[in-house]
Amino acid sequence: MHAEIGAKFVPFAGYDMPVQYPLGILKEHQHTRAQAGLFDVSHMGQVRLLGPDADSLLEQVLPGDISCLEPGHLRYTMFTNDRAGVVDDLMVTRRDDDLFLVVNAGCKDNDVRLLRGALGESRVDYVQDRALLALQGPAAASALERHVPGVSSLQFMTATSISIGGADVWISRSGYTGEDGFEMSVPNPAAEEVARLLLAEPEVEAVGLGARDSLRLEAGLCLYGNDLTQETTPVEAGLTWTISRRRRDAGGFPGDDVIRKQIAEGPTRRRVGIKPEGRAPARAHTPVYVGDKHVGEITSGGFGPTVGGPVAMGYIDREFAKAGTALELEIRGKRHAAAVEKLPFTPHRYAK
Amino acid sequence: MSDLRFTKEHEWVRVEGSTATVGISEYAQEQLGDVVFVELPSVGADVEAGGDAAVVESVKAASEVYAPVSGKITDVNGDLEASPGLVNESAEGDGWFWKMELSDPDELGELMTPDEYKTFLEELD
Repeated sequence: MHAEIGAKFVPFAGYDMPVQYPLGILKEHQHTRAQAGLFDVSHMGQVRLLGPDADSLLEQVLPGDISCLEPGHLRYTMFTNDRAGVVDDLMVTRRDDDLFLVVNAGCKDNDVRLLRGALGESRVDYVQDRALLALQGPAAASALERHVPGVSSLQFMTATSISIGGADVWISRSGYTGEDGFEMSVPNPAAEEVARLLLAEPEVEAVGLGARDSLRLEAGLCLYGNDLTQETTPVEAGLTWTISRRRRDAGGFPGDDVIRKQIAEGPTRRRVGIKPEGRAPARAHTPVYVGDKHVGEITSGGFGPTVGGPVAMGYIDREFAKAGTALELEIRGKRHAAAVEKLPFTPHRYAK
Repeated sequence: MSDLRFTKEHEWVRVEGSTATVGISEYAQEQLGDVVFVELPSVGADVEAGGDAAVVESVKAASEVYAPVSGKITDVNGDLEASPGLVNESAEGDGWFWKMELSDPDELGELMTPDEYKTFLEELD
């Protein structure tokens, strides 16, 4: 179906991924901010954790507060290693009969191994028979409402079970663009039909992974493998808000000592927004200087269509991480002026 | 546009006297998608056939643009600074990159005619 509607593919994590559709990345991005975009993110991993104590067992491998997660709510968190490095970031939803996890494509096999180690083989169901679609943008709710009456009243970061075109769909009010929107886990046989129904709505266009990346970058959201790695901690990444007071105090997850120390003393470097002056985009791995001093590196960067210029984020030594600090980026051997800027570049417009 | 000559890297050259105008092909701009930035060479710089001369950035990625022939840069398209989208709108016209003085006109013989380039593109698909 992707090819039928004109997608261009690239290989990623063993999948052929639709990077862009005929609109092109720029227009797909702008359309998502103006109306609504439909994304196929079925490459991401879906995992169910079973059993009454799945929450406390899951807390052994991540610093998020899962025990206090209310039924029908979801939460952003990350698996950590012994050095508090991030092994993967993920969403966890508490449903009636399980915990439902959405993890990154490139990490999912490793995540499942890690989860089976923590919970036991039989308590981890690696879901292979469901697709994942995201409908994002200010018109997402009104477009979806025509197929799912009442769906507009779903609160941000909550989820429920619905029916679209006769298919049982698990839906959450969440996303990766900074816009209002929904993410839907759809049985594979019904996925194409659900996608067609949504694409038939006048506000909705197919949007590829190219625009997904520029949307999340403007929204200041991390891409695993770039902005989060085994070498970066949640505290350095500015994700301390995902770790509740109870979990900070009690610990009991990999790297808890490192995280506690970094929270108390402040991390030596921080993830910040970086706005290049001029028009040259600064891509990942661009070195960052203040005078002769190497002060950090860009981890994600490119052109922000809504901003109308280059945007980036990266890790900067803490004494230079304050908003407004003048930086220099070395792009192809030449220095370019830039400044630390508060994230997000484009204000979030979640349904509240 | 029959006076254009093309490289396998999808640059084009148009020669008038001893001066050549260089850009990227219609096919290249389609493959790149929306161009958001072009880094042009310095006027006066010497470039060698096949060597790095410019960089074109699309929303997706940065790509090198190679000099199709050797010589000295005499002019660059300043309009691309404010309007990099010209490369998409008119890759083989207003979206030109630079002009150069040829140092070895014989190198032009290595390049493809429009018909040869068309055949080359068909073989790529």
